[in-house]
Amino acid sequence: MSLLSFRGVSVRYGSHTVLKDVSLDVAGGEVVGLVGESGSGKSTLARAAVGLAPVTTGEILLDGRPVPNRGRARPVQMVFQDPYSSLDPRMTVGESIAEAMRERLGKEARRAEIARLLALVHLDASRADDLPVRLSGGQRQRVALARALAARPEVILADEITSALDVSVQGAVLNLVRDMRRELGLSMLFISHNLAVVRYVADHVAVLYAGEIVEYGPTARVLGAPQHDYTRHLLAALPGAVRRTSSGNGRPAPTSALKEQT
Amino acid sequence: MRAARVLLRPVGFAGFGLLTVVLLVAVFGPVLWDGRATVIDTGDLLAGPSGEHWIGTDNLGRDLFFRVLVATRLSITLALAATAIGMVLGVVLGAAPMLTGRRVARFITSAVNVLVAFPGLLLVLFFAVVFGVGARGAALAVGLAGAPAFARLCHTLLSGVSERDYIAAARIAGVSKFRILVRHALPNIAEPLIVNATMAAGGVLLTFSGLSFLGLGVQAPSYDWGKLMQDGLNGIYVHPLAALGPGIAVVLAGLAFNLTGEAFAAAFGIDVIPGVARVRAVRGAAGESAGPAVAAPDPEPGTVLSVDGLRVTIPGARRPIHAVRGVTFAIRDGEAVGVVGESGSGKSVTALAVARLIEEPVRVDANHLVFAGEDLMAADDPASLRKRLGTSLVVVFQDPMTSFNPAHRVGPQLAEVGRFHQGLGRRAAFARAVDRLHAVKLREPERRARQYPFEFSGGMRQRAMIGMGLMGTPRLIIADEPTTALDVTVQRQVLALLGEVRGDTGAALLLISHDVSVVTEVCDRVLVMYAGLIVEELPARDLGTLARHPYTRALVAAVPDMETDLTRPLAVIPGTPVDPSDVPAGCAFAARCPLADDHCRAVEPPLQADAAGNRVACHKAGWPLPADSAEVTV
Amino acid sequence: MGGWTPAAVPPSAARGLRGRAGDLWSHRWLRFALRRAGRLLVSLWVLVTASFLMIHLVPGDPVRAALGPTAPAELVLARTRDLGLLDPLWRQYAGFLGNLLRGELGVSISTRLPVGETIAQRLPATAQLAVAAFLLSVLVAVPVGVVMAVITRRGKGRRTELAFTGTNVVLGAIPDFLVGVGLVYLLAVQTHLFPVAGRAGPDSYVLPVLALAIGPCAVLSRIVRVEMLAVMEADYIRTARAKRLTPWRVQLVHALPNAVTASLTLGGLLLSSLVAGTVLVENVFAWPGLGSTIVSSIVSKDYPLVQGTVLIYGVGVLLINTLVDVVLALLDPRSTIGES
Repeated sequence: MSLLSFRGVSVRYGSHTVLKDVSLDVAGGEVVGLVGESGSGKSTLARAAVGLAPVTTGEILLDGRPVPNRGRARPVQMVFQDPYSSLDPRMTVGESIAEAMRERLGKEARRAEIARLLALVHLDASRADDLPVRLSGGQRQRVALARALAARPEVILADEITSALDVSVQGAVLNLVRDMRRELGLSMLFISHNLAVVRYVADHVAVLYAGEIVEYGPTARVLGAPQHDYTRHLLAALPGAVRRTSSGNGRPAPTSALKEQT
Repeated sequence: MRAARVLLRPVGFAGFGLLTVVLLVAVFGPVLWDGRATVIDTGDLLAGPSGEHWIGTDNLGRDLFFRVLVATRLSITLALAATAIGMVLGVVLGAAPMLTGRRVARFITSAVNVLVAFPGLLLVLFFAVVFGVGARGAALAVGLAGAPAFARLCHTLLSGVSERDYIAAARIAGVSKFRILVRHALPNIAEPLIVNATMAAGGVLLTFSGLSFLGLGVQAPSYDWGKLMQDGLNGIYVHPLAALGPGIAVVLAGLAFNLTGEAFAAAFGIDVIPGVARVRAVRGAAGESAGPAVAAPDPEPGTVLSVDGLRVTIPGARRPIHAVRGVTFAIRDGEAVGVVGESGSGKSVTALAVARLIEEPVRVDANHLVFAGEDLMAADDPASLRKRLGTSLVVVFQDPMTSFNPAHRVGPQLAEVGRFHQGLGRRAAFARAVDRLHAVKLREPERRARQYPFEFSGGMRQRAMIGMGLMGTPRLIIADEPTTALDVTVQRQVLALLGEVRGDTGAALLLISHDVSVVTEVCDRVLVMYAGLIVEELPARDLGTLARHPYTRALVAAVPDMETDLTRPLAVIPGTPVDPSDVPAGCAFAARCPLADDHCRAVEPPLQADAAGNRVACHKAGWPLPADSAEVTV
Repeated sequence: MGGWTPAAVPPSAARGLRGRAGDLWSHRWLRFALRRAGRLLVSLWVLVTASFLMIHLVPGDPVRAALGPTAPAELVLARTRDLGLLDPLWRQYAGFLGNLLRGELGVSISTRLPVGETIAQRLPATAQLAVAAFLLSVLVAVPVGVVMAVITRRGKGRRTELAFTGTNVVLGAIPDFLVGVGLVYLLAVQTHLFPVAGRAGPDSYVLPVLALAIGPCAVLSRIVRVEMLAVMEADYIRTARAKRLTPWRVQLVHALPNAVTASLTLGGLLLSSLVAGTVLVENVFAWPGLGSTIVSSIVSKDYPLVQGTVLIYGVGVLLINTLVDVVLALLDPRSTIGES
C-alpha cells in the first residue's frame, strides 16, 4: 500500500510563510484528518502535493519517490471545497469523469467505466449525460469524487469537501467517504475546520496552526486528551463544549477567550 | 432556445432585423446598384435632393443614395476584417499567458497593459503612419489597434475562469495546458467574447468611417461611408444630406451591431445586475387576499416581538416564489430564540422581513408584526419609526467582510446612528462610537475608529457590527448567521460577546443559524423551519432529545458532533429540499419523510401547541422512526 | 484554560498592527507612488521608443515619400542627412532621446519650423477642448446615472429605463465627428445660433465641446447607473438601511462613493479616448489644434511632425490615466493596498 509523505515542506510567497517545515505521513488505507483555522495553511499543503502550490523547501514523496506532477498518470488526486466551481459547466458529468481517466478507452468501455465510477459514489449511470447545472451540491460533490477515482489514485486529498454543503447532505457525503475507504482501501488526507467531522472519518489527526503542525496522533487521543494548548483551545471553542446554563436573565459565564482577536 | 428568446425581445428583434438588412445590402448592393451609383450625369452636378436623386448627387453628378447603398459592402467588409484581425490577435495574446512559462506570461500581460492605456484612435493613427494611407493599411491599423483591448478582456476573463476548481482538477488529472485552454477555458468565456466582438465590430465601423473621413482610410476612386461623408462635408451648407446620408448609414449599421450585442448580452446574462434580473419580470400578485382575516390577538405584555401570519412572496419569472408561507411566533423580553433549517427554508428571509429590510418588488404580508409596541406593518410615520427602530432594533449580518461600507471609516459608520437618531453632533457621535468599540472589547478603539473596514479582521468587524447596535439601547438583536463566516475560536468569542451584550442591555435575540449546536448552546427556544413554515418549536435544551417532528430529528442526527457513534453511518435526509416556487400539497416534508403516508401527502398538518407551549406541525409527531432508514442518495 | 491567547494572529498581521498607523499609511502610499511612477515611466519609454521607431517602420524611404517622386535626389539626400537618418540606429535613438530631454522635437519636413514650436502653438486649443468636454461629460453623466439608477431600481420605471438605455445605445453608436456634423447642420447652418467652424469667441466652443462630450457622456452615465444598481444590492447598503437612515442618505453617502469608484475604473479609459476624439472633431470644426495638425502631417508624410504630435497625445493620455489612478486611490483606499 502506498504512503504519501510530506518531508519538511515549507511554502513561502515572497516574505510570507504559509507552511513551515511540515512533516506528515498518510499511510496506505488510512484517513488522516488535517484540522486548523482559516489561514493556517491546510489547503496549501494539499495543493502543494498536487503541484498547484510551489514547494519552497522540502519534498513530497509517494512510496519514497517524488509525486509525479507531469504526464497522464497522477496517483494523487484532489477534491475541492466548492461543488459549484469544481465541475466545468459545459461538460457533461460523463465527459468530466472520462477526462480524468488514465488511458483512452473505447466508447463502450468508457461508458461502462463511467457507470462503474458513478455507482461507486451512489449515483445512477443515467447521470452521465447530465450537465452539472442539473445536479444539487451534494450530487456535484459525488461527481467530483468519481472524477478523482477515475484517475485510479493511490491517495485522495479532500479539501473541506463538506463545508459548502447543507447539513442534511453533509452526512451523506461523509458516509460515502467512509464507505469508499472501507471498500476501496483508499488513503486519504481529509482537510476540515470541523473537528466533529474529522473525528467521524479520520484515523489520525494533525492539527495545523500558523503553518506548523502542533499536534499529531490517533484521532481518539488527540481529540480526547489533547497535548497542545492550541488543540485544547480549539476543542474548548466548539459549540456545546461548555454546556449552556444561563437563560435569558442570566449572563453567560465569561470565557477566557474574550480577548481581542484578529 | 436562447436564440429564440433573443429574437423575441424588442432589442434583439431590432438588432437582428437591422443587421440582416445591412448584411443583405452589403452582399447584394454592388450587384444591384453599381450601375446607378457610377453613372456620371454631368447635367446634374452637386444637386440637392430631388425625386430622381433622393439625397442629391456628387461633384460628378453620381447618385449619392445609391453610392451609400453600394458603399455598404466595402464599409462592412473592412469593419469585419479589422475586427477579425483584432480579435484573433487579442485572443492569442490574451490566452498566451496560460500556455507559456511564468516570465513570458508576465511580460505579455504587462505589455498588453501598457498598450491598452493608449486610446484606440491614437494607435490607429500610429499604425496608419506605418502602413501608409489606404484601405488595406487602415484595416491593419484598426485591427492591430483593437488587439490590446481584446487581449486584456480575454486575459481578464481567462483569469476568472482559471481560478475555478475544475481547471485545477483538470491539471491534477494530467490534462495538457493546451487542452485545458481549448476544452475548459475558452468555451467558458465564449459568450462574453462574442458579445464584445459584436459590439467591437460596431465600434470599428465607426472608427473606420472616421479614418476615411480624415482622408487616411479608403482612397478614391474606392469609397466607403466615411469617404462619402468627407466629400459631403464641404458642401454641408448647400445640401447637408450629402454628408448626413452616409452618416445615417453609419449610425444604422453601428446600431445593428450594438443592439445585436446588447441582445446577446441580455440573453447570456452578462452584465445583468445581480438580484434584479431574477426578480424583474412579474410584479407581485397584488390583490391577493391577506390570508385568513383572524383578528390578531393582542401581544402579551413582556413581548418584544410578535409575528403573526408572516408571508414573503418573491415575484418569479413564471410564478411567484413563496419564501415564507405564514409564520407565527413571539419573542419575550430578553429571550433568545433560534431559527434553524436548511438553506432555502426561509429562515433568513424571515429575519429580514421581521427587520423590515425587504424591498420591493418582494412582498411582505402579515396579520400583524409588532415590535416593542410598534406596528411595523403600518408605516404611517416613517421618520419617528426610523428613529425608534434605529436605536432599539439591531441587525447583525452573516458576512462581516461585506457588511461595512468599504468607502468610509469604521467610526463614522457607527457614529451615523448617533448623529441621525440621537441628535448628537459629529464629534459627540464619534466619541460615542469610540466608546462603543471599547464596549465590544476592541483594543485601541480610538485608532480603530479611524481605520477603514478592510483593515479589520472578520472577527473584529463582527464586533464592530455589534458595537454599532450598541449605539442605542437594543431591545432585540436579529443575528443572521453571525458566525458562519468565522473560525470556530472567533465564533466562540462573538457568541460570548453577544451573550454579554444581552446580559448588559436585556436585549432579546433572534438567532438564525444552520448550525444546530450553536443554537442549542445560545438559545432558550428553537424554531425549526422547513419550506417557508415553522414545523416545530421547542426549548433549545430539548432539541437533541425531545424533538417530535421527523425533520427536526433527522436534522439533529445528520450532524456529527463530538459524541457521535463512530460505528454507525450518519443519519441522512433523503431527497432534496422543496422548490419554494412549487410547494406540493399536504406536508411539504412528506416526500423525504420515512413516516409519511397518503394522509400526509394530502393534508397539510397544522402547527399545534401542546400544554407546555411547544408546537409541532406533523400528523405523526413523535412516532418512532424506522430503525434502519435505508441510505438514499442525495 | 486561559493559557492560549495569541491564537490566529498571523505573524505578518501582528507585525503590521504593532507598527504605528501613520507608518503603515505612508508606507502604503509610498509603495503605491513608486509602483505607479514605475508604470508611468515604462509606458513613457514604450511611447517614446514607438514614436522613434515609427519613422523606421515606414516601408521605403520616408524622406522620398515626404518630398514626392519629383524631388531631386540631392535634396532628398540633404534632408535625410539633416534628419540624421544616415547614422547608425543606436546613435539616432540616443540623439532622439537626448533631444527629447532638451525639449527638442526636430524640424518639420514641409514647413522647416521646429516641431516643438508648432505644437506649443496648437496644444492649448486642443487641451481646452478636451478639458471642457471631460468636465461636461462627468458633470452630466454622474447625476444622470445616479438619478436613473434610483428611478429604475428593481424593475421600477420600466419605460424610463427603456428610454434611457435606448437613447444611450443610439448616442453611443453615433461617432463624435458625426455628432459634430449633425450639430453644425442643426445649430449653425439651419439656425445660425453658433459659428460653423473656427475658434473665436466663447460661442465657438459650444458645438465642438458638445460633439466631443455627448458620446462619452452617454456611455459614462450608463456605466454609473449599472454600477449604482450593483452597489445598491451590496450587503453594506443593507447595513445602512438597517441603521434606518433616510433613503437619500443611503444613496448619496453610502452608495454613490462606491459607484463612482467603480465607474471611474471603467470610465477612465473612456475619458482618455476622449483626448483622441479631438482629432476628428477638430477636423470637422476646422479647430486650430493638434488634431488637424496630426492628420495633415500624416497625409503629407511630415514624419517629424507626426512623431511630435503622437508623443504629445500619448503623454497626455498617460497623464490622464495616472490622474485617474491617483483619484481612485484617494477615493478607494483598498485599491492602493489591493494591488500589492
